Amino acid sequence: MTFLSTATLVARKDLLVEARSREVIYTSLLFAISCMLVFAFGLVKEGRVIADAAGAILWITIAFAGTLALSRIFDRERQNETLRALLLAPTPRAAIYVGKFAGVLGLLLLVEGIVVPLVVLMFDAQLFRHTGWMLGLLLAGSAGYAAVGTLFAAMLARSRSRGALLPVLLYPITVPVIIGGVRGTAALLQPEADLVLARAWLMMLIAFDAVFITLSLWTFEPAMTE
Amino acid sequence: MTSPVSKTKRMRVLRATFVAVLLLILPAIAHRQPPAQEGFVPVDQLPGAEQMPAAPLVAAAYAVAWAAVLLYLFSIWKRLGTVERELADVAKRIEAGSRR
Amino acid sequence: MRRLFPVLLVLCMALFAYAPFLILNAPYESTMGLVQKIFYFHVSTAITMFVSAFTCGIASAIFLFGRRPAADRVGFAAAELTVLLGLVVLISGPLWARKAWGLWWQWDARLTSTLVMWLVFQAYLLLRRFGGPGSEKLAAAVGLFGAALVPFVYWSVNMWRTVHPTTNVVPTLDASMRGPFLWCVAAFLCLYVLLLAARTELEKRRARLDELYLALED
Repeated sequence: MTFLSTATLVARKDLLVEARSREVIYTSLLFAISCMLVFAFGLVKEGRVIADAAGAILWITIAFAGTLALSRIFDRERQNETLRALLLAPTPRAAIYVGKFAGVLGLLLLVEGIVVPLVVLMFDAQLFRHTGWMLGLLLAGSAGYAAVGTLFAAMLARSRSRGALLPVLLYPITVPVIIGGVRGTAALLQPEADLVLARAWLMMLIAFDAVFITLSLWTFEPAMTE
Repeated sequence: MTSPVSKTKRMRVLRATFVAVLLLILPAIAHRQPPAQEGFVPVDQLPGAEQMPAAPLVAAAYAVAWAAVLLYLFSIWKRLGTVERELADVAKRIEAGSRR
Repeated sequence: MRRLFPVLLVLCMALFAYAPFLILNAPYESTMGLVQKIFYFHVSTAITMFVSAFTCGIASAIFLFGRRPAADRVGFAAAELTVLLGLVVLISGPLWARKAWGLWWQWDARLTSTLVMWLVFQAYLLLRRFGGPGSEKLAAAVGLFGAALVPFVYWSVNMWRTVHPTTNVVPTLDASMRGPFLWCVAAFLCLYVLLLAARTELEKRRARLDELYLALED
């Protein structure tokens, strides 16, 4: 089996399981909405959201919902011992990683597909004045988050106290994604959108993706060996 | 036709080169930064801070540095002692076991 | 290393013994006065901390890809030292900032990136401690990612905001201050090598102890 077909199969399986149960989507979405509700109490003043807060709400919600989705996806693998079986299969480990990464990214983008319009509606954020840039930021940011998240969630799947350790590991390491996403979105939300700045942040996110996807691909094999 | 061994070796060399290039490029990217987004003026002339005595702050900073290093040394020393004791104990037990 | 250890120890003690005289005799900085004296230890520990973080990253990479247990022990030792040095940096920094900026903490590039590094290496230690069996590989990945993260965090927070004295403070430092400063950097690097060696030795003995226990069970 080729690299690509293995990866596609792994990703397809994750998305199929999700399409049947819709567990991760439902829980992460509800969690994302509760997150936004909690933020509203702190960041809304006299009925209006304070400047730049919409971008922060969006990205922090994505990060939190992403952690929930990641731990749920790998818990599922663990319950059925499927990760172990997958790793025993005579396929390149990197292909398994790519498949998992694609699955996680797909789910994350699905959640964003609902969270982003909600932020637009509920916080009156003009996110889509520059649709291309916004989509670029979302895609690059989610890819970086999913890349690091998949690696660590997969490795943590077998260890003790993974529920507590995943956020502790993931948030410091994905700090550049959060800064890039929040500041890039804030640059787009200014009355006169600062496209130069938005591009600088997008470039940073793409560089982050390139480095960390490569490192993850490279680390996944030795790290997942017993 | 190359053997699988030489293939993996070549892959390893490729990977090493890639990482080396990345490590070289990254600082270059980091240095080529556009000006900071918000100018922030250092507040070194705050009226309140002027009257604040500096000596206790300096003393505290040096004390913390020394305390941290000395405590760490102490902890290494203690941990080494525990391991040494256990090592001696296990060695004795192994010796006793082999004599029996 | 075993033969080098006493030599380094004597050198380190000499460096640290003479450092206070140099620091005391260094001239007063015109705008900051006495509080500037924190700089000698603060920047030296910060430099040593980043050296330590990269040591951990490189050792972790060697462990992951070369499968050498010795590299893992060095990585563990370096991670613990990174956290220790980070603690010193993060405490001595605010003490200086309180006087110089009038604030204990600023969300600026260097402070934030130091905090992020410190958190990453805390996570490393947490994993080693509570991760259960097999966590050393995971910890090695954290060490590797932590080291690779530095330029990104630094660049990002720099774009976001900066108040910390910039990198050109060190090269443009007055000659009469540069001497004591470099002296302190040398002292801390020397101390770092010693601590790293001692901590690695401890880990080596622990590994040996585990082996003996296994032998005892057989």
